[in-house]
Amino acid sequence: MSENKLNIKAEAKNLNFFYANGTKALKNVSLPVYENKITALIGPSGCGKSTFLRCFNRMHDLYPGNRYEGQILLHPDNTNVLGKGVDPIEVRMRISMVFQKPNPFPKSIYENVAYGLRVRGERSKSAVDDKVEEALKGASLWNEVKSRLQDLAFNLSGGQQQRLCIARALATDPEIMLFDEPTSALDPIATVNIEELMSGLKNKLSILVVTHNMQQAARISDYTAYMYLGEMIEFDATDKIFTNPSRKETEDYITGKFG
Amino acid sequence: MVKDKMDSEFSLIKPKTLNEVRAMIRKHKRNDFIFSSIGLLTIIFALLTLLILFVDLVMDGYPKLNYEFFTDFPSRRAAHAGILSAWVGSSLIMLVTFITAVPMGVAAGVYLEEYAPKNWFTDIIEINVTNLSGVPSIIYGLLALGLFVYTFHLGQTIVTAGLTLGLLMLPIVIVSTREAIRSIPIAIREAAYAVGATKWQVVLHHVIQYSFGGILTGIIIGMARALGETAPIITVGALTFIAFLPPAPISSSAPFISFEWLHSGFTVLPIQMFSWLSRPEHAFHINAAAAGVVIILLTLLMNGTAIWLRYRIRKNIKW
Repeated sequence: MSENKLNIKAEAKNLNFFYANGTKALKNVSLPVYENKITALIGPSGCGKSTFLRCFNRMHDLYPGNRYEGQILLHPDNTNVLGKGVDPIEVRMRISMVFQKPNPFPKSIYENVAYGLRVRGERSKSAVDDKVEEALKGASLWNEVKSRLQDLAFNLSGGQQQRLCIARALATDPEIMLFDEPTSALDPIATVNIEELMSGLKNKLSILVVTHNMQQAARISDYTAYMYLGEMIEFDATDKIFTNPSRKETEDYITGKFG
Repeated sequence: MVKDKMDSEFSLIKPKTLNEVRAMIRKHKRNDFIFSSIGLLTIIFALLTLLILFVDLVMDGYPKLNYEFFTDFPSRRAAHAGILSAWVGSSLIMLVTFITAVPMGVAAGVYLEEYAPKNWFTDIIEINVTNLSGVPSIIYGLLALGLFVYTFHLGQTIVTAGLTLGLLMLPIVIVSTREAIRSIPIAIREAAYAVGATKWQVVLHHVIQYSFGGILTGIIIGMARALGETAPIITVGALTFIAFLPPAPISSSAPFISFEWLHSGFTVLPIQMFSWLSRPEHAFHINAAAAGVVIILLTLLMNGTAIWLRYRIRKNIKW
């Protein structure tokens, strides 16, 4: 094990989150996200894992009245993602996201991947071309679509659409990629493709993934965090969590006695 | 013990025999048939009424529907009277209406849907806009008479009529813009925000593009309604007999473009039709029928275009 080379890419510190209606959805949550590792968030429905994930790219800012307390520090520059002076758009430029259901734009395959670059004002056609190809290769979709880049993204299958969304998130060279149950809308074969893809991606960036599928967490993640009712119950190496958890609640959930 | 209880509970609903089930399905299907028959009859009745009206109009007006009808000014002699000044007036007024109502309506719709905070003030605006689209058109005419004619001294001109119909059309454009925008799934917006787009980029690259079909439909239907409006146009002072055209907007000598036409007197198709209809001579009624056919065909053409455009644009968008 190369434990000594482990760097923290981001860490949540004593994070509380309140929805506009006053619900406290996260209670004093802390979590490190290690560089070039996959960290999985597991827990029963409604435990706050998606809410937590969406704090990392300030997605909650899109809806009025939501409120954060605490910090999410992004290293190496120590920027507090949740800081009042930090623009959520700047955060989203550094931390990209893949959603539960594939959500390509009703545009061409090419334009979907290029969109992040357009937003960043990239004008050079050859530069965008290169980046689109690189991102599609990174999302192992290039061979399937290289001959029809101008086709509508909706004509792809569900699994291909999700890989297209990964390519879109990849094209802007993010430091962290957030995955919100990325395979829950997909069939088993597409799921395997996405999982293999994620395992390959961690060489380039750090990954935080929400999953309700424990086997998936066990298969792909290096670290696992178990959340329940808005609290972080346990965080540890995935092997440890699934073989020898230190908390009774975690063990009950892992073994299926609960949840 | 448990089994006994369950049996007694189930016995409340006696199982049906196969024949009873078949009888029940037959009865349900009869209801199906009755409803669809009533629906079909209603539709046929409505369409037939419209068709008879239209055919009657065409048969009356057919002798007048020739080239000269479109190139002649109104005249005291029915045989020489045409709709030149009316269709030119209608077209120019529609142009003014389009130029004023569309940018304002689309901008207002986008603002209300994407930017405006949700509070009591925007709630009031929302209720008002919805109500405005139901206000009788004569009220718009009175408002325009007070505002454009008497306050702004724009006179009884094309620009006044265009602005009046623009007011009338504005709520239709706002409401259809908002509805079109609302049909865009949240997931698509979130996808755009997640790669770092600003609100304006989301509006420009996504919201307006994906709602374009719906917005366009609203615009064309609003225009078709404005085209047939008579009451507000009479109120602001349309002429009923006009034997000249407004000054041409484009000329062959400098400065080439002129806006004199905005300040010209005018008439429009429905008013021309009404003025002919109010004459006692039968020959003028034929002219009125012909003008009616022109109005209906124009409206059909516009609505048809709206449907076609919506189909074309939405073909590529599946939510």
